[in-house]
Amino acid sequence: MSILVNNQTRLLVQGITGREGSFHAGQMVEYGTNVVAGVTPGGLGKEVHGVPVFNTVSDAVEKTQANTSIIYVPAPFAADAIYEATDAGIKLIICITEGVPTLDMVAVYHYVREHGARLIGPNCPGLITPDEAKVGIMPGYIHSRGPVGLVSRSGTLTYEVVNALTEAGLGQSSAVGIGGDPIIGTNFIDVLELYQNDPETEAIVMIGEIGGSDEEQAAEYIKKHVTKPMVGFIAGQTAPPGKRMGHAGAIISGGEGTAAAKIEALKAAGVKVADTAAGVADIMKAEMKG
Amino acid sequence: MNIHEYQAAEILKQYGIPINEGIVCDSADAAAEAAQKIGGKVVIKAQVHSGGRGKAGGVKLADSPDEARSVASEILGLDINGHIVHMVMVAPAVDIQREVYLGAVIDRDGRGVTVMASAEGGVEIEEVAKATPEKIHTETAHPYLGLRDYQCRRLAFKLGLEGKEVGGFAKIAKQVHRAFVEKDAGLCEINPLIINGDGEWQAIDSKITIDDNALYRQKDAEELRDLREENEIEVQARSHGISFVKLDGNIGCMVNGAGLSMATMDAVKFQGGEPANFLDVGGGASAEQVTTALNLVLAEPDVKAVLINIFGGITRCDVVAQGLLEAMGKIDVDVPFVIRLIGTNQAEGQKLLSDAGITVVERMDEAAKQVVAAAKGAA
Repeated sequence: MSILVNNQTRLLVQGITGREGSFHAGQMVEYGTNVVAGVTPGGLGKEVHGVPVFNTVSDAVEKTQANTSIIYVPAPFAADAIYEATDAGIKLIICITEGVPTLDMVAVYHYVREHGARLIGPNCPGLITPDEAKVGIMPGYIHSRGPVGLVSRSGTLTYEVVNALTEAGLGQSSAVGIGGDPIIGTNFIDVLELYQNDPETEAIVMIGEIGGSDEEQAAEYIKKHVTKPMVGFIAGQTAPPGKRMGHAGAIISGGEGTAAAKIEALKAAGVKVADTAAGVADIMKAEMKG
Repeated sequence: MNIHEYQAAEILKQYGIPINEGIVCDSADAAAEAAQKIGGKVVIKAQVHSGGRGKAGGVKLADSPDEARSVASEILGLDINGHIVHMVMVAPAVDIQREVYLGAVIDRDGRGVTVMASAEGGVEIEEVAKATPEKIHTETAHPYLGLRDYQCRRLAFKLGLEGKEVGGFAKIAKQVHRAFVEKDAGLCEINPLIINGDGEWQAIDSKITIDDNALYRQKDAEELRDLREENEIEVQARSHGISFVKLDGNIGCMVNGAGLSMATMDAVKFQGGEPANFLDVGGGASAEQVTTALNLVLAEPDVKAVLINIFGGITRCDVVAQGLLEAMGKIDVDVPFVIRLIGTNQAEGQKLLSDAGITVVERMDEAAKQVVAAAKGAA
């Protein structure tokens, strides 16, 4: 088992003829992901890395039975792309696009949930189930299959930790990047619940960062519902208040969202929190032995 | 993006919210002239992108044009939390019968726009939230339908308003929400919102921030940007698609990805050093981008050593290494560098650098340790 994506995933790429979309479609095909269709308005009849292109998501779903969509369209059009995928009946939508206006996400968040679909992102690296499906922009080869489930708000920091886990001989059941924006479709709790219920996942790594209170809420959830060992890390312990640290959501405002508060909450919930990113794999290795 | 108080007031005025009309001045003489024109007692307020203006001596009353001149000359040039005052606003002093707080924010937990009101007007809302959270009343707008009239009225009643005050407040609350949505705000706040001596509602101090992600569709907002309020290097970085935040330490950092950048700064701190900056060069880390980023890091005279931490994923390490060499060849580098480069083709990348006499470190914590030692040696 694994979570969210696997060898049953039939992936659709929205924005497949764009620079990013076409490059990453190729990378995903190469990894072995079952990429069944692409969508670009006016692109019908084209092929990108052997993947047929359609004008609309509903056409693509009808012709190819795509069940998952990944979005690479520019920020001004990202919300519309998510609505299009939702309305076409896609139940898992991954939005890679960075820079989506926060107010667009307010309506999108509620719309997707009301339609029984799940959105991951925006502003995220996507997710991967090693050896089955890579649905995102992460370098596939650093992953290996195994018992550790990973969830993170970050991109390259996730790769960093995955790489260290793999080098330590700890493979991953899945790795999910939920995104660095203030409003994202899937939060820590959603993914923790999936890992807790996934028999293959034996331990969980959670990588948070400053801003918002998702980590604190996750800590409450962990206390009540997560029985698997967890290792955490919170980035931004040295971040000054009031400054946006790259990610739109990574900002300490009005004294809220500090790393210290998040670390404390996670520790109180029984999560082993690493002092530095490099320590995550070391602690997990010790945990798994115990 | 932050804008000035007078600009925020101007926006609220466009939405029919009565404001305390002021005159913006950039000299003491202009302030005196403005006070003359307004007549009577005036308030003179520093126009800077910083809170705590009152405490810092940036808001003062004046009884005459002469006093306005001397007060303005005290305020102009003042340093308020690192922001130099270049402008003041001169406005009529008001008779406050009642003051409340009214603001709209993005509620991350509720995934919506929340309008907040408190009877504790004129006090920083964060302080009210900490000390007496029960005094803050909130209504979250519907994600598709917006803020309903009944929600605005409910806020008014919770504030203890009566009679025609209720309708007046509700109308303003509704317009604050409308302005928030139409301007893609991150915050839209009136504090205090008052009832003046004539029994009329009036916005005395307004604050609006605009979502950076929405600037592409808020064309007017760009004209409100005051570059004097922004760090020069941060502005330059932004124009190259690089995220840069200046910090107080002496170890320059150049990293790809926001999360990894923060984690790198944390590692430096953990080893007893202080980062000079946050810098996310972006996912690609091309030669051109790396050159620009290095220049930004080295522009800060306090920088005693530089840590470069790149995880080469889709962009291969050998390409990043070539970029680094190219960049370092172009720049006059006279501080020690510690480079950590791992990921795709890391052996080739590391070889390129070590052939050029540059040491590459494998582990992130080891790299942090070395750069802290290098900075101490150079200090």
